[in-house]
Amino acid sequence: MSASSVENKKVALFVTCLVDLNRPSVGFAAVKLLEAAGCTIMVPEVQTCCGQIAYNSGDKESAKTIATQVIRAFDGFDYVVAPSGSCAGMIRHHYKELFDGDDTMMVVVEDLANRTYELTSFLHDICGYKPDGVQLETTVTYHDSCSSLREMKVRDQPRALLGAVEGLEIKESEDREACCGFGGTFCLKYSEISESMVDTKIDNLLASGAETLAAGDLGCLMNIAGRLKRRSAPLKAMHVAEILAGMGDKPGIGEGEN
Amino acid sequence: MQVTSRRFKEGAHDALHDENIQKAFSKVKSGFPVARAKTASELPEFEDLRDQARDLKDHILGNLDYYLEYFEDQVLLQGGRVHWCSSYAEAREVILEICRDADAKTVTKGKSMITEEMGLNDYLQEKGVEPIETDLGEYIIQLAHEYPSHIVAPALHKTKDQVTELFHESHEKYGFKERLTDPQALVNEARSILRDKFVAADVGITGANFLIAETGSTVIVTNEGNGDLTQSLPKTHIAVSSIEKVVPTLEDVSLFLRLLARSATGQEMSVYTTFSTGPKRMEDIDGPTNFHVVLVDSGRSDLLGSDKQDLLRCLKCGACMNHCPVYQAVGGHSYGWVYPGPIGAALNPHMVGLEEARHLPNASSFCGRCEEVCPVRIPLPKIMRHWREQAFETQVTPKPERWGIGIWAFFAKRPKLYRLMTRISARSLKLMAGKKGVVRKLPLMKGWSSVRDFPAPEGTTFMDQWKKQQREGK
Repeated sequence: MSASSVENKKVALFVTCLVDLNRPSVGFAAVKLLEAAGCTIMVPEVQTCCGQIAYNSGDKESAKTIATQVIRAFDGFDYVVAPSGSCAGMIRHHYKELFDGDDTMMVVVEDLANRTYELTSFLHDICGYKPDGVQLETTVTYHDSCSSLREMKVRDQPRALLGAVEGLEIKESEDREACCGFGGTFCLKYSEISESMVDTKIDNLLASGAETLAAGDLGCLMNIAGRLKRRSAPLKAMHVAEILAGMGDKPGIGEGEN
Repeated sequence: MQVTSRRFKEGAHDALHDENIQKAFSKVKSGFPVARAKTASELPEFEDLRDQARDLKDHILGNLDYYLEYFEDQVLLQGGRVHWCSSYAEAREVILEICRDADAKTVTKGKSMITEEMGLNDYLQEKGVEPIETDLGEYIIQLAHEYPSHIVAPALHKTKDQVTELFHESHEKYGFKERLTDPQALVNEARSILRDKFVAADVGITGANFLIAETGSTVIVTNEGNGDLTQSLPKTHIAVSSIEKVVPTLEDVSLFLRLLARSATGQEMSVYTTFSTGPKRMEDIDGPTNFHVVLVDSGRSDLLGSDKQDLLRCLKCGACMNHCPVYQAVGGHSYGWVYPGPIGAALNPHMVGLEEARHLPNASSFCGRCEEVCPVRIPLPKIMRHWREQAFETQVTPKPERWGIGIWAFFAKRPKLYRLMTRISARSLKLMAGKKGVVRKLPLMKGWSSVRDFPAPEGTTFMDQWKKQQREGK
C-alpha cells in the first residue's frame, strides 16, 4: 500500500466506549489495519464517548459538552476513524444538529465531520486498502448496522474487504438491512420489543447457514451475541476488523476461554 | 377517541404474547415493503419525485392560508360550502347539523382518519344518526367496536377466523345464517349488505387525500370503490379533511398520486382515484345535491413554523409503519391513538400531549428505515429525538432514566474519572463472568440481562493496554 493516498497521514482512532471497555481487540485490529494501509495512528487520551447516549436520551446539554470534548481532542488530525458506523455517524452528522445556530462552533464541527469516517469505508474508499495474505476458512454472514448503512452509506465496503480474505465465503441472510433491536438505551428500556427484534434477526442469521456473524458495530454485536448465548445458538460473532486483521481465530464475542 | 398511549409498554407486552397479532403483523414486512421496493424501482424518477413532493409540500405549508382560501373560493363557485373548524368538537357539531338538515337516519362513510381522530362514529350514534363504515376493513372493525391498527389496512390485526365469527354473529339479522370461511364469500356477504346501505343512506361522509385549490375539488383514493358510492349516491356529501391536505393544482395532485400508492401498497395507482367538484349540476346524471367540505385544524396550525412542521407533509401512506420493526413487533393498537408506527410516534405527542404519549418517541431504535421510505422525506427519527429532548427538559422523562443519564454523563465529561470507572468495570465484569465469557445477571441493567447474556469484557480496557504498549515503546 505504499502508493496509498494516506501515506504518513495522521489518523486519530476514535476507540468508541464499547470497544474500550468490552473488546479492546477490535481497537488493536483497527490500528493494525490502518497501519497496514499506510497511516500513522494516534489515540487521543481525552476521549470517552461520542455523546450519543445523552443525545438520544434527550439530554442535549450533556451531549454538547461531550461533543465539545471530542472536537478538541480530535483537532489537528488529518482523519478521525472509528470502528463503528454509529459513533462515526454521530460525529459526522449529528454534531451539526447539536450546534445548529452556533456559527463559530459550526466551522469546527463541519471540519471534524468532513474528516470523520467509519473504519471499513475509510480503508476501502480512502486508503484503497485490501487485506493481503489474510486467511480464514469460514462462512460469514454480514449484519449491516443501521447507522453504518443509512447514515454512513456503508454497505459494499466491508463485504469487498471480507471478500479478499482467503478461504472466507459470504452468505447473505434474509432482510439483512433490518435493525437488530439494539438501539442504545432502547434495548434496556423496551427490552421485550428489542427481544422480538433480535430474535427475528437471529432467525434470519442462522437460516443463512453461516458459521460466523460479522458486523462493524460492537453495540449490535453485543446485543446479537448476548441473545445468541442466551438461546445457546451456535454462531460465532466477530467484529469485521478482527477478521480483516487476521484475528479471526480468537474466541467470538461472549465466548469464554476454552 | 380514548387515548391509551400511556399504556404503551403493557399494550406492547400483550401484543407480543398474542399469537394472532404476531401472525398478522409479521406478515407486514413480506407484503407492502416488497411491493413498494418493486414499484419504486420500476420508476426511475421515483427519488426525484420524492424531492419534488417534499419541496412542494414545504411551499404549500409556507402559504397554507392562501391556498386554503383559494380552495374555499373555488368550492363556493362550484356551489358547495366550506366549514372551518378549529377543534374536533366544532367539527362534530357541524357534521351533525348537516346530517340533521338532511333528516339523516343513516350515513355511509368512506375511510377517513380525521373522523377517527374526532371519534365521529360514537358521537353520531349517540345523537341518533347511524354511521356505516363502507371500506371493508373499517366495516370489520366497526362491527368489532375497535379502531384501526394500520392507517391503510385498518383491520390488519384481524384474522380470517375472527372475521368469520364476527360476520356470523353480526349478519344473522340480515338473514345470513351460514358460517363462511372463504375470503371471497365473506367479501361478497359484506358487499351485499353494504349495497342496501349505500342506497338507503341520506348522507355520505368521506375523508380527503387531497384538496385542490384551483378547482375546489376533493380527492379520495380507494381500492374498493366504496368511496365513490358513498359520495355519489346520497343527497348530501360531506368531505372531512385536515387543513394540510390542500395542494395548488391538478398537476400537483398527479405528482403526489405517483408517490402515494407506490409508497403505501406498492401499487402504481390505487384502483379508484375519485375527484369531487361541487354538487350535481343540471347536466350530471348523478351526484349529491349538497356538497360540504369540513376543514379541521385541531392543533395542525400550531405545528406551522415549529421544529415539527415537517410532520404536516405526511400523505398518510403508511410506508413508515410498514417498514418499522417496532410496529411489526407490537402492532398498531399498542400506540394507543389513531396513528401508529413512526408517524404516530412523532405526531401523537403533539395531538394528545407529551406526558400521555411519552413512550412513543422513545420506543424506537432509531434504525431510520421510516425516513428512508417516507415519500415526502419527513425526518421522523429527528422529530422523535426532539420530543425526547422536550421530555428531558420538562422532566417528563422518569427520574431513574434522568439519573442514569446524569451519572453516565458525569463520568463521560471527566476523562480521568471515566478511565478509572471503566478500568474497575472491565475488571469486575470479567471476574463475574469467570471462564464463561458472559455475565448472566446484571442487577443494575435488568433490561439487558432479562433478554440477553452480557458478553464479558476482556479485562483490561483498550486505553490502558494502549498506554502500556506506548510506554514500552511498542
